[in-house]
Amino acid sequence: MADTHDKEIDRISGVETTGHEWDGLKELNNPLPRWWLYSFYACIVWAVIYWVLYPSWPLISSYTTGVLGANQRTEATAAFAEGVAGRSEFADKIIAASLEDISSDQELQQFAQANGQAAFGDNCAPCHGSGATGAEGYPNLQDDTWLWGGTLEDIHTTLLYGIRSDHEDARIGEMPAFGRDELLTRREIAEVANFVASRAGFETEDGIDLAAGRVLYEDNCAACHGDNLEGIQDVGAPSLMSANYLYGNSLDDIKAQIHAPRNGVMPAWVDRLDPATIKSLTVYVHSFGGGQ
Amino acid sequence: MSTDTETQEGTQSDEWFASAKKIYPMATHGLFRRIKWTLLFITLGIYYFLPFIRFDRGPNAPDQAVLVDMVHKRAYFFFIEIWPQEVYYLTGLLILAAVALFLMNAVAGRIWCGYLCPQTVWTDMFLWIERKVEGDRRDRINLDKEPWTFGKVRKRVTKHFFWLMIAWWTGGAWVLYFNDAPTLVWQLLTFQAPLVAYVWIAILTATTYLLAGFMREQVCIYMCPWPRIQAALTDEKALNVTYRWDRGEPRGSLKQNKKLIEQGLPAGDCVDCYQCFQVCPTGVDIRKGMQLDCIQCGLCIDACDNIMTKVGKPTGLIAYDTDENIQRRIEGKEPVYEIVRPRTVIYAALIVLVSAIMMFALLTRDFADISVLHDRNPVFVEQSDGTVRNGYTVRLSNKRQHPRSFMLNIEGMPPNTRMEAVGVETTFAGRPIIEVGPDTTREVRILVTSPPWEQMSASTPVTFRITDSVMGEVVTAKDNFKAPEKP
Repeated sequence: MADTHDKEIDRISGVETTGHEWDGLKELNNPLPRWWLYSFYACIVWAVIYWVLYPSWPLISSYTTGVLGANQRTEATAAFAEGVAGRSEFADKIIAASLEDISSDQELQQFAQANGQAAFGDNCAPCHGSGATGAEGYPNLQDDTWLWGGTLEDIHTTLLYGIRSDHEDARIGEMPAFGRDELLTRREIAEVANFVASRAGFETEDGIDLAAGRVLYEDNCAACHGDNLEGIQDVGAPSLMSANYLYGNSLDDIKAQIHAPRNGVMPAWVDRLDPATIKSLTVYVHSFGGGQ
Repeated sequence: MSTDTETQEGTQSDEWFASAKKIYPMATHGLFRRIKWTLLFITLGIYYFLPFIRFDRGPNAPDQAVLVDMVHKRAYFFFIEIWPQEVYYLTGLLILAAVALFLMNAVAGRIWCGYLCPQTVWTDMFLWIERKVEGDRRDRINLDKEPWTFGKVRKRVTKHFFWLMIAWWTGGAWVLYFNDAPTLVWQLLTFQAPLVAYVWIAILTATTYLLAGFMREQVCIYMCPWPRIQAALTDEKALNVTYRWDRGEPRGSLKQNKKLIEQGLPAGDCVDCYQCFQVCPTGVDIRKGMQLDCIQCGLCIDACDNIMTKVGKPTGLIAYDTDENIQRRIEGKEPVYEIVRPRTVIYAALIVLVSAIMMFALLTRDFADISVLHDRNPVFVEQSDGTVRNGYTVRLSNKRQHPRSFMLNIEGMPPNTRMEAVGVETTFAGRPIIEVGPDTTREVRILVTSPPWEQMSASTPVTFRITDSVMGEVVTAKDNFKAPEKP
């Protein structure tokens, strides 16, 4: 389109104006700077090359993948594999070493701590808490109370197969529902609960026959929880002399547990985590201080 | 809307800008030129050969006297070894450097700029090459005007080749401070050095080549902050390169001034030969007085003295002198030189003070360190028997070049407190003995179990104390032991 109107030439600079004027100021019609123009062309060329090499254009149900086949998923997978390979030197040592050796070797211990801490945050913290202090119904792993044993071996077994999980090697211990299944009356439950609370040093109710409770305990509970309320870890029966009851220390809590016990489940990790990670977790949990 | 007035303003504004004139410093000789060559050899000698000096630190440490080991996070300076947390020594050095610069300025102006600054030293060297290849001032001005003949191309290529060689060696020496120098030299010669070494050499080659070859005095005049700061710090008693205008003016050629004297009129010693201007590396006419562009290298003193000797007049028309003395001579008084005055005394005292503090810190510093981090979650753990346990992450540092073992003790807790270090089996009287390797740190989890919580307050201040089992060095760290609040 031929531009026919007369160009106004700015007298000072000798450059034509665009004809636009604001409050007496006119815009000069200078050409684009060369460096800018060539950078712009270079960007266009770069963009075309990029379209060919990398994923770029959306299609109806997919997208152009680019001839390099590069995408973030393959990059992430490669980075993950690299991370695993980078750890393999120590992971292999962890698998080969015994739990005691890992605990006492400075290098392996540090690796297990770091590895265990990361795995704990990913897998265990939802139930046991980020500080491993547990919650009602979820055991505190920091203290010295262990339902199924607190040695390295015991912790390892629990981690591998879980508790009351669907794994065939899982350890299972189930407390009968004395109230719901009408093995004991409401009064008898109150008596045995008060007896247990009195021995553990918790508050008790007035006017309850503790001697009757003792007899009831010996008949119904001692087989699993022991004659002296010390618990038997082989069947997962907790010590009742502990200050840290899993389902609460109040009389109501104790009665509720005798009436219809809650039996918590710990999943088996043998099929979900690699052996080195489970061993690291064992050492890590054991190092909290409660380990036996 | 353009009017004649606007047009005039437009043309005027063009004159505010003038592009920098190229400077062709002429060769000169004399006392200050010799001082400059001497200092150039000393400073560059230190720069290029310091990395090759060896210093035996035993089997577990590098034997390079001056080394910044980025990979292992250690810096070595002869008998001093610095860990990253001790970088404050560097702060001390920087303070010393700044005050030393102020002191230099109070005594004799910009001696740093004129003799010691890397920009000056390297530019001097580049100028020397330029002069050897292309000739002195007059030849270089003519060469620039010449068309591109074979001879001109040959000279230019030769010059830039040598410039780049020096620039390359500048970067090459720099990287030697960050690696074992002999090993790295061999790697560089066989092209097996790490990539980062080549990158740094390339960067410093480029900056040296640009700064010393092309930008030269522009760096001093436009880029460097020191001329501005120096101008604010100087006073009338500081020695500066000064044109003694009281003696030199009115200037004029020998003939002209002779006539003036015959007519009984005053005539100065300055013969207006422009030698002082032509030798100046920053293109300054010193006769205009002290100015920002002047780096006070003293070359104009040499040039003027040579001319004064030739024309049979006393030397020292341009010399290191003070503003005050010019005034005194005009008033007919004797010049005075007060090197010792409050300002120099204060700067010197500051240097002594900072050095003393640094020396004290260095001589009394610990060769072991302990830092304690209390567990945040959980803050404390109640045990089934009523006792309370706190967990701590304790980091021990051994800054010696041999493995050491430390006995860890906790103070401030009741007598029947138990302590355990996870993964540490050696104990002495219930206290863990922790081994730490040479020149390294070790992190250990410490579990402290108190008597039943009823006996403990909610927070008990405790002190962790490590004792070197052999040398007896003791270091402590403070923290708290937390227990449940009593109802």
